Amino acid sequence: MTSSILIGVDVGGTFTDIFVLDAATGRAEVAKVPTSRPDQSAGFLAGIAQRVADLGTVATVVHGTTAGTNALLERKGARIGVITTAGFRDVLEMRRRDRPRTWGLRGDFTPVVPRDLRLEVAERTLADGTIHTPVDLDAVRAAGHALLAQGCQAVAVLFVNSYANPANEQAAVAALRAIWPTPHVASSSEILPEIREFERFSTTALNAYLQPEVSGYLGRLETALKSGGFGGEFLIVQSNGGVMAVDTACRLPVRTALSGPAAGVIAAAYIAETAGFPDIITGDMGGTSFDVALIAGGQAALAAQTAIDFGMVVRVPMIEITTIGAGGGSIAWVDKGGLLNIGPESAGSDPGPVAYARGNTRPTVTDANIVLGRIDPDRPIGGGRLDVAAARAAIDAHIGGPLKLTTEQAAEAIIRVANSRMAGAIRLVSIERGHDPKHFAFMPFGGGGALHAGAMLAEVGLSRAIVPRYPGVTSAMGCVIADMRADFVQTVNTMTTAADGAALAALIGDHLGQGAAMLAASGGAFAARVVTVELDMAYVGQTHTVSVALPVTITADVVTPPTVADITAAFEAAYLRVYNRLLPGGVSRILNLRTAVIGQRPKFDLATLAPTTSGAVTPRTTRRVHMGGDWCDAAIYDRLALPVGTVIHGPAVLEQPDTTILVEPGLMGTVDAYGNVILTRSAA
Amino acid sequence: MIDPITLAVLAGRMEQIADEMDATLFRSAFNPIIAEAHDASHGLYHAATGDTLVQGKSGLPIFVGVMAFAVKAVIDKAARDGDLADGDVYIFNDAHIGGTHLSDMRLVRPYYHQGRLFCYLASVGHWHDVGGAVPGNYNPRATEVFQEAFVLPPVKVMRAGVVQQDVIDIILRNTRLPASAQGDLNGQLGALDLGVRRMDGLLAEYGADTVRAALDALSDRAETLIRAEVASLPDGRWEATDYLDNDGITDVALPITVALTVAGDRLSLDFTGTAPATAGPVNISRGTAIAAVYVAIKHIFPGLPANAGVMRPLEIIVPDRSLLAAEFPAPTGGYTETILRMIDVIFSAMAQAAPDLVVANAYGTINALSLAGYRRDGRRWVMFSFYGGGHGGSTDGDGLNHGNAPISTATIPPVEILESAYPVMFRQWALRPDSGGAGAHRGGMGAVYEIELLEESAEVFLFGERGRHAPKGAAGGGDAALNRFSYSQGDAWATPAMVSKGTGMRLARGDAVRLETPGGGGYGPAAARDPGAVARDVALGLVSAQAADAAYGTAWRGITA
Repeated sequence: MTSSILIGVDVGGTFTDIFVLDAATGRAEVAKVPTSRPDQSAGFLAGIAQRVADLGTVATVVHGTTAGTNALLERKGARIGVITTAGFRDVLEMRRRDRPRTWGLRGDFTPVVPRDLRLEVAERTLADGTIHTPVDLDAVRAAGHALLAQGCQAVAVLFVNSYANPANEQAAVAALRAIWPTPHVASSSEILPEIREFERFSTTALNAYLQPEVSGYLGRLETALKSGGFGGEFLIVQSNGGVMAVDTACRLPVRTALSGPAAGVIAAAYIAETAGFPDIITGDMGGTSFDVALIAGGQAALAAQTAIDFGMVVRVPMIEITTIGAGGGSIAWVDKGGLLNIGPESAGSDPGPVAYARGNTRPTVTDANIVLGRIDPDRPIGGGRLDVAAARAAIDAHIGGPLKLTTEQAAEAIIRVANSRMAGAIRLVSIERGHDPKHFAFMPFGGGGALHAGAMLAEVGLSRAIVPRYPGVTSAMGCVIADMRADFVQTVNTMTTAADGAALAALIGDHLGQGAAMLAASGGAFAARVVTVELDMAYVGQTHTVSVALPVTITADVVTPPTVADITAAFEAAYLRVYNRLLPGGVSRILNLRTAVIGQRPKFDLATLAPTTSGAVTPRTTRRVHMGGDWCDAAIYDRLALPVGTVIHGPAVLEQPDTTILVEPGLMGTVDAYGNVILTRSAA
Repeated sequence: MIDPITLAVLAGRMEQIADEMDATLFRSAFNPIIAEAHDASHGLYHAATGDTLVQGKSGLPIFVGVMAFAVKAVIDKAARDGDLADGDVYIFNDAHIGGTHLSDMRLVRPYYHQGRLFCYLASVGHWHDVGGAVPGNYNPRATEVFQEAFVLPPVKVMRAGVVQQDVIDIILRNTRLPASAQGDLNGQLGALDLGVRRMDGLLAEYGADTVRAALDALSDRAETLIRAEVASLPDGRWEATDYLDNDGITDVALPITVALTVAGDRLSLDFTGTAPATAGPVNISRGTAIAAVYVAIKHIFPGLPANAGVMRPLEIIVPDRSLLAAEFPAPTGGYTETILRMIDVIFSAMAQAAPDLVVANAYGTINALSLAGYRRDGRRWVMFSFYGGGHGGSTDGDGLNHGNAPISTATIPPVEILESAYPVMFRQWALRPDSGGAGAHRGGMGAVYEIELLEESAEVFLFGERGRHAPKGAAGGGDAALNRFSYSQGDAWATPAMVSKGTGMRLARGDAVRLETPGGGGYGPAAARDPGAVARDVALGLVSAQAADAAYGTAWRGITA
């Protein structure tokens, strides 16, 4: 019997979410269990066990993980060493000469590799790839032994200009592999053959730093799955929103740095496009932050790099997610000038809002939602009962008193300021990508986002919001949807007119071969394979590049060499799109070649998630909810029971175990054919 | 009286408008100084006074404060001419009335609502080249602004919505990089257009009276905030003096002095005693001086907003004809060095009043270094960059190693980008041991950059400081190391007569330059440093054993780091 069960598992800070899909029947189930600490694998397996009795029936398990992110943020990676070009041991510590924040001048930076574990050897490659000084392999071996004696578990070889010629790095790695007891030896040109030494060294060093930890964690998971009878493919979500095989993840753990959030954006893109809205902005409201991502034409915007923390730069393609400190746990406070502020300080999920009664006494955004009746104190997400009186007292003491407002006015003020900040983040993300936000729909996910969706319509001028059927498990669902993806980069650094089409085709062919091998090794079934090629290009004299999509013809895995005319035309089209005008007489150059090899996984029909109920809809109850400046009697509905086509006019609240949707007066919610709730303005 | 909810919302909305203007220019500017280093800024300014109402968060720190002077210059010009109209945009770079230096092109646009002037919108950005004797406009030999760049007073580049092509033609004929200039100009005009659209939306939603009331209330609240901060300082008078090495023309030290007086909730900063204006380009205009005070104050109290209310309780005394209030046509190209020293003396004086609030001095010089020559094929090349140094220790801990200057947020180009673009090879790009001042929390380390020439010949230009007067410690902490620059001539090394300033130094193939930058000052007495931390610094090679013994005694010896 061929198995048809797919399982997505997203391990977050508080909950581990499970999404189980039977591809044959389209039946989907979700589960939510507490995340286990310190070893997340216990919660992972417990969550799956809630829904699947026999792991032998499962075809695929896809995992979105924060193990790498947490190890970086908490500095819990391995003790590692680096071996680097004489004169350059401090690149990792000097960064790009930045500061932690614009104002204040305080704070320092501790690199993940201390200075005494950064050893120099004689070697030098020039920018054109010429070997100026061959690598001293005796010195490399001596450095390797010294690092082993210091207890290093992994070693990274970081040589200047190795993107232009990796020979010295390769020789050093070969010498080290002969003496190093673990597989954790890597060079910067293997991990990221791209110009800019700090970004390449940082990415390589952080990869080494994560390797022992992440490969250990994934190895334990894989062993546990197998011992439970699992014989299918085990895949890991990358920060770019694609998945990779578990052995690739063990070799390149740095590619999981934003694994969890990326899966959520992938699911959002798929849900929205299916529902007929290829242009959306997602807003994930968590305990401490509000994360915004932009999807245009069904494609999530990718960023070339990100800083996990100050000075901890990871340069791998990743879904671009902008974070502001306005989550449910963000604390509201009045400054010495009498101005109401939200965050950046947060009560997080522990101790959490005042109403959780776990020791926090300062009011949060969630407390304001509770005081206004928008969250049911008797049925909160995660269970239990909420202490409304404590939340009211905290809002009175910290906001209402100083600003001379009633409790409700103060709570409303908190919500309005938080909404304004979220709306600002949405507008800025759109403008930075060159889009008008009015053309986009808003998709809230995470537990709290749908409470604020109506406000985003009003504040940003968005036409509609789409609340997916299971907004609390979007990342787990994204695991099941994501394609397999392998990204490659190579710096070529040439004038466009001097570009060697045959050499570019050979590089693309090499990337394609590696990518195809990775797809084949995963054992997965793919609906199609897609190859995209991009060039980072600029006019000579510019340091910032534009990303140029290069159309290439691939026939039976043979790449037709692009011509200079092809490349020039593609550059001018891309440049015009970004800047509206070309530079007359300007000379262009090519900095990097980027290839993505994508194995498209079979998609499941979202309509199978749609409710099967029918008939008249009646509210479960009514509740006093403060909306539009006053208390009103809002109809409370069980959201998951609403049949397709239902229209609910505000004021109303739609509740489900992992989310609360607020339908404010003047808005209406419509259940579409996929079970999404579409919020729009009511016809006048 | 505006209600506190609307006020909090409008505060965010208006800051957002300035942020969106920043984002628009960063995205569309051609030149990397704006696009990558974000050497630009946008804001909203008062219709009658030019005072800063709101400024974006992402622009360069020094522009917060200096733009008010640019707007005031336009208000004065329009009052003289009597022809201000909706759709006008003024453009100018004159640093003596607009602050900073001539590379910064300022665009100022009156914003009208229902036929009445409501406020001004302004955009400033650092252009790649604005003429003058030296490409990039950093001319250490300049004795008049005319040798630095072409000088443009406020003129209309748009008149009632119509582009004045004549003005653009004049500007583009006076730059070595007209395409870059046109691109930046378009970007700045686009940012102002966006600002107008966003203001239209805001005023339609809230009404002009409410928005005006909010702007007034925000300035009042900023004033309340800084008064509360100043009132928490002890009353008294504290002085600090520090020195610029020289003006690049005559080798005489130039004192910069501040007397800081706290009386209740009022703060006075008196720069009497500062050197007179100089022949060489370390002068600044009065507007720049006042903006530098703002930068220092905001670093001390980072929570203060960016509006003119912050300046109300401050009395700033800048002596006439001093190098902090130089008059036209005194050169101002090296203004960065002077404002960095002003910030240092304000910190040093404040450290006596409230040591917990202040960070010890940062490295205090931007070290504008250029190597230039001709390639074999005759093409000219100019490698120009600013270099980093260490930051001071504070109550929080040791200072940051290798950061950017307090007036900047710009990053340094990677070695690999520089080596791929210019015929040079970096022999060293490293932290400089023993360059941070000793202290309970020591200063961060400066850097060593050694650059070898791979072509037949090149000329070297340097504009730096701190070669004779070291960055100071605070609260009993030690001073950092001096800035050091040398260049090789075959087997011998030479240094410039003006220490950290020089022009036309000649290199042959295989020669090199070596720049060693200061670290930051130490914080608190060295005797209070944890010996374990000293042992760790020695083990890491950041502090030599001899320097550790001298500064901290020998208690660290015998501790295993």
